[in-house]
Amino acid sequence: MPAALKIVLAEDSVLLREGLVGVLTRFGHEVVAAVGDADALITAVSSYAPDLVVTDVRMPPGLTDEGLRAALELRAANPALPVLVLSQYVQRAYAADLLDTGDGTGVGYLLKDRIGQVEQFAEAVERVAAGGTVVDPEVVRQLLRRRRDPLAALTPREREVLALVAEGKSNGAVARELVVTEAAVGKHIGNILGKLDLPPAEDTHRRVLAVLAYLRA
Amino acid sequence: MIRTVVRELPRAAAYLLSGVLVGAPLLVALLVLGILGLALAPILVGLPLLAVAVLSGIPVGALERRRLALTRTPPPPDPHATPAEPGLAAWARLRLTERATWRELAYTVLLAFALWPLDVIVLFVALVVPGAMIAAPVQLATTSSASGDARIVKLWLIDSYGQALLCTAAGVALLLALLWPLVRYARVRAVLARLLLAPGEAEAERRLGEVTRSRARLVAAFEAERRRIERDLHDGAQQRLVSLSMTLGLARLDAPPHLADRLAAAHREADQVLGELRELIHGIHPQVLVDYGLPDALADAADRSVVPVELDVDLPRFAESVEAAAYFAVREALANIGRHSGARRAWIAGRYTGGRLRVEVRDDGTGGADPARGTGLTGLADRLAVLDGTLSVHSPAGGPTVLSLEIPCPQR
Repeated sequence: MPAALKIVLAEDSVLLREGLVGVLTRFGHEVVAAVGDADALITAVSSYAPDLVVTDVRMPPGLTDEGLRAALELRAANPALPVLVLSQYVQRAYAADLLDTGDGTGVGYLLKDRIGQVEQFAEAVERVAAGGTVVDPEVVRQLLRRRRDPLAALTPREREVLALVAEGKSNGAVARELVVTEAAVGKHIGNILGKLDLPPAEDTHRRVLAVLAYLRA
Repeated sequence: MIRTVVRELPRAAAYLLSGVLVGAPLLVALLVLGILGLALAPILVGLPLLAVAVLSGIPVGALERRRLALTRTPPPPDPHATPAEPGLAAWARLRLTERATWRELAYTVLLAFALWPLDVIVLFVALVVPGAMIAAPVQLATTSSASGDARIVKLWLIDSYGQALLCTAAGVALLLALLWPLVRYARVRAVLARLLLAPGEAEAERRLGEVTRSRARLVAAFEAERRRIERDLHDGAQQRLVSLSMTLGLARLDAPPHLADRLAAAHREADQVLGELRELIHGIHPQVLVDYGLPDALADAADRSVVPVELDVDLPRFAESVEAAAYFAVREALANIGRHSGARRAWIAGRYTGGRLRVEVRDDGTGGADPARGTGLTGLADRLAVLDGTLSVHSPAGGPTVLSLEIPCPQR
């Protein structure tokens, strides 16, 4: 079991907040603060210095995207703070905004429906806390239906690989999913980065840029 | 002409006769109100009475407009505006400032003091006098036992059946001669009433403005209702389902194998319902439209389109009603493209120039779309019309189909 995480949770529905605390605790994490609105979230983060922030998009007082705004604000102040945003909507605009913060690592955008798959949810939590990038498969799936530049240059296989990368999977995980060797995945990713015109730099950063290109396409 | 007279006579007579029945009591009422009002004015009690007298034209006008239906012409519409706020004071204030009120008062005074007496005279001369003349033999027969003679309409004295029959003949001639003038008089009388009681041009225009505003209010109310339903579903059912799914997920972790399978089935079911509910809520009102505006909402609509869509949208934020109208129009267009057009690609272009938002949805399908057939597009056109916007569909057989909408609006 990975190390216990100190988590600040923001969710306005009491029912879900309690449920989330239950799930996170069940997987050995410690919810140091569970709050119900965006202002309280920002205060809690500054006083608890958590390892991870989990927040809802829609929160009081305006019940629009306060949670997301708070997340963006937190990331702007501290780009290294891992943030997992839970949304009720499949919306790449939200995900793209989030990935634009910091260098796009240590962020996640998941549909709330995903919480029910408790094990996958716990995995996503750990991945984001470890600096990974997670985008909800539903968002990814929706984007797959579109065929547009710059992704037009990618082969179907490369698109498949990019989709899995966008979901936050490591090369190893992608290889297992597609039943190919890890080296093959590496080659595909190299091709994708080349086709998307992302010059060699620090590896994780380019992966995020590729995912971003994918989201914006 | 004879036929016209025969056809119109009963109605003309009924119109005039009922005018008398309205006018005579009205005269009494106006006199009583006026005299009492003036007499009591010094001690202020009279003022409300005078106000009632002034406003008496309103019910009389309403009644008279209805009575015009007797002349086989449609009664004119009510010329009055609907008060913006409830309450008697607001109503009276509005009425006293309306020209229609004063025109109705003029008509009422005219009716009470001149028109109905005139109606009586006309009816008397054209119907009662000839009638009495025609009935001369009958009168002679009923009265002769006493005095041996009869006075017809207090004018002519007759004492023989020869004279009586002559009188009858004259009566018939007079009746026939006066029927046409009677009908003409009733017509003129109706025209005068219509002139004073029907809405003037300014009032008709004002009514149109009122209708437009009330339609805009309806659309706004409809939009608010949509938002409320979306919020209720989001805050209620959706949260509970997520919570249920979470509980099921946790239960599965700790359940013995024979239970885990059944829990897994229940879990799948719950997740399916969640997915359907999510799409339903999105269809009612997409949150991205509120949070990010048209470009992102259109990109989202394009994401969901069955047919691949190319997007070229560069737009600022607009009022919520404008964004919603444009968004739903585009979504309907995309749905139609997916269902009927046979298109392989679609394009959405959106620009804001010269204070007008223009959005165009084009496809490479077979064309032949008829906006008159689909109620969906008609509804959207109505919605745009409320914002003074227009929706046009150009779809020749063989394609391509171009749907364009234009809304004049300031940016937010």
